Amino acid sequence: MHHVIIGAGPAGVIAAETLRKYDKKSAITLIGDEPEPPYSRMAIPYLLMQNIEEQGTYLRKGNDHYRRLAIDLCHDRVIGLDTAQKQVHLQNDKTLNYDKLLIATGSHPVTPPIPGITLPGVNHCWTLADARQIAAKIKPGSKVVLMGAGFIGCIILEALVKRGAELTVVEQGDRMVPRMMNEKAGNLIKRWCIDKGIRVLTSTRVEAVESGQASRLSIKLAGQTTLAADLLVSATGVQPNIAFLKNTDIKTEQGILIDRHMQTSVADIYAAGDVAQGLDFSSGENTVQAIQPTAAEHAQIAAKNMLGLPGARFQGAVNMNVLDTLGLISSSFGLWMGADSGDQAERYDPENFKYLNLQFADDVLVGATTIGFTQHVGVLRGLIQNKMHLRDWKPRLQQDPSRVMDAWLATHQVLA
Amino acid sequence: MQKSLHLDAYKCTGCLQCEMACSYEKEGAFNPAKSRIKVFTFHDLGRFSPYTCTQCAEAWCLHACPVEAITTNVATGAKEVNETLCVGCKVCTISCPFGTINYNTETHKVDKCDLCGGDPACAKACPTEAIVYIDAEQTGYDKMQKYAQLNLTQGE
Ligand SMILES: Cc1cc2nc3c(=O)[nH]c(=O)nc-3n(C[C@H](O)[C@H](O)[C@H](O)COP(=O)(O)OP(=O)(O)OC[C@H]3O[C@@H](n4cnc5c(N)ncnc54)[C@H](O)[C@@H]3O)c2cc1C
Ligand code: SF4
Repeated sequence: MHHVIIGAGPAGVIAAETLRKYDKKSAITLIGDEPEPPYSRMAIPYLLMQNIEEQGTYLRKGNDHYRRLAIDLCHDRVIGLDTAQKQVHLQNDKTLNYDKLLIATGSHPVTPPIPGITLPGVNHCWTLADARQIAAKIKPGSKVVLMGAGFIGCIILEALVKRGAELTVVEQGDRMVPRMMNEKAGNLIKRWCIDKGIRVLTSTRVEAVESGQASRLSIKLAGQTTLAADLLVSATGVQPNIAFLKNTDIKTEQGILIDRHMQTSVADIYAAGDVAQGLDFSSGENTVQAIQPTAAEHAQIAAKNMLGLPGARFQGAVNMNVLDTLGLISSSFGLWMGADSGDQAERYDPENFKYLNLQFADDVLVGATTIGFTQHVGVLRGLIQNKMHLRDWKPRLQQDPSRVMDAWLATHQVLA
Repeated sequence: MQKSLHLDAYKCTGCLQCEMACSYEKEGAFNPAKSRIKVFTFHDLGRFSPYTCTQCAEAWCLHACPVEAITTNVATGAKEVNETLCVGCKVCTISCPFGTINYNTETHKVDKCDLCGGDPACAKACPTEAIVYIDAEQTGYDKMQKYAQLNLTQGE
């Protein structure tokens, strides 16, 4: 049996390890096109902050980790698939046969159709290569414009500031992280950033990028505003890496459609991680979540199904994020925006930058937002994913939403 | 036979000796706010519930960690955080459905129970045996861990 995995990010690596855990014999080939050992994009902000070296971003620390597990780590790029012959075509003219195939090719940042977006002063912040370029371009006092205050934008914001950037954030939504935080929460984060000396421009767009006179770039916003900048960091969303599948019958929409066993529309081919459009726990729809915990879950379940192990049926991933914007810690879970005909519990304390919002459908927690909390936050996930009926704990939470931990203990019979 | 912490809400009187002992062991100071075991108070019921990490077999925090900072201590089964490797991304804190791994805003790393290497200070400090460190069999805690595990991974 030969298991082939395309993409050596978190999803690919965790899948390879899970395969090996349950199957000591089969051959496992893990193909990745980036030159570094498998690493986590998530660790890039901490590299930029100079908290860690590049090695600190590596997914696994042991030098011989992959060799020890007999995982054949192959640096190459897959350029096409032949699903009838069960073959993978590599850039270096090689062809590999597979019995089971996992596609874990991740996603790439979108390049918005803006004139001048390919000028050398414009960078994505997605790979280690990007991080090296950004590090070289920002000097203390450099003028940096961050385009997009979404999840990734907000995650790299602090790193840009810590490197000494004089930062302006441009976001077309009316608040920060509009796709992860409601108005109160997104605006609270915005005000926090402004208080910390960041210029935050919401409800506006970058319309053109030009080479500047005094500075490297001149960035034109909607209306009359022009910003001078040494660097523009573009973080306006990501798209799954599915281009190499175009001549196959693997069904894709936004990403690769997978069923509850992580299988694609073609037998023996599975997908996991940022490239996969899998079941969302809350909406029941197939969505591309593009977050690390989902990649890790997909990978484990995909691997078990590739081996035909019983019981590995996906029940959907809860979309969730945690952000640290210059020391203000926020998180959102599931249907943070609320369910149809659901109701909520809320505590809003803008002076102290604290916010807690719980969303219910009947007496089940379906979504949550927190700002300024660091203790027991994960239990929100537990309550959502276990679909626990809160019964008389719902009115108590509506009175005091901070009692989520008590609600968990009471509803999980720990008190019984 | 591996041991685990057995927590019994019925026996807990809310004296917080465990929180004191834990914070002293882990932080070098008596500071319940920094304890990794927490006692929750139910005023209306007149009850107390000590609570900490269940050391899940397939730990959510461990699998979510992007940099292998959480590993299993093979002797105790505890999931331990390597502070040198931890980058403080907090993804483990939202992944753990029990809410028992938490971000520390002073160290910029995460804190969780590590069973004190096999000799948990909380159990030694508890005067009523509400916390005992015993063979990991079908304790109530163990059952809860399995229960949550089942619901979270396998679907219906
Ligand atoms: C700066 C930054 C911060 C982030 N922070 C967070 C966070 O705090 N929390 C969170 O949940 N998520 C975060 N993310 C998102 C997270 O990194 C992704 O969800 C995660 O990397 C997905 O893992 P993956 O294995 O599916 O894809 P990837 O990590 O993208 O790995 C896929 C790999 O496949 C390779 N590949 C693609 N095509 C081919 C091909 N044809 N042949 C061979 N190899 C190929 C790619 O080059 C890549 O190496 C962050 C991302 C970035 C960039
Ligand atoms: S906070 Fe530390 S231990 Fe937790 S997931 Fe991030 S790096 Fe790993």
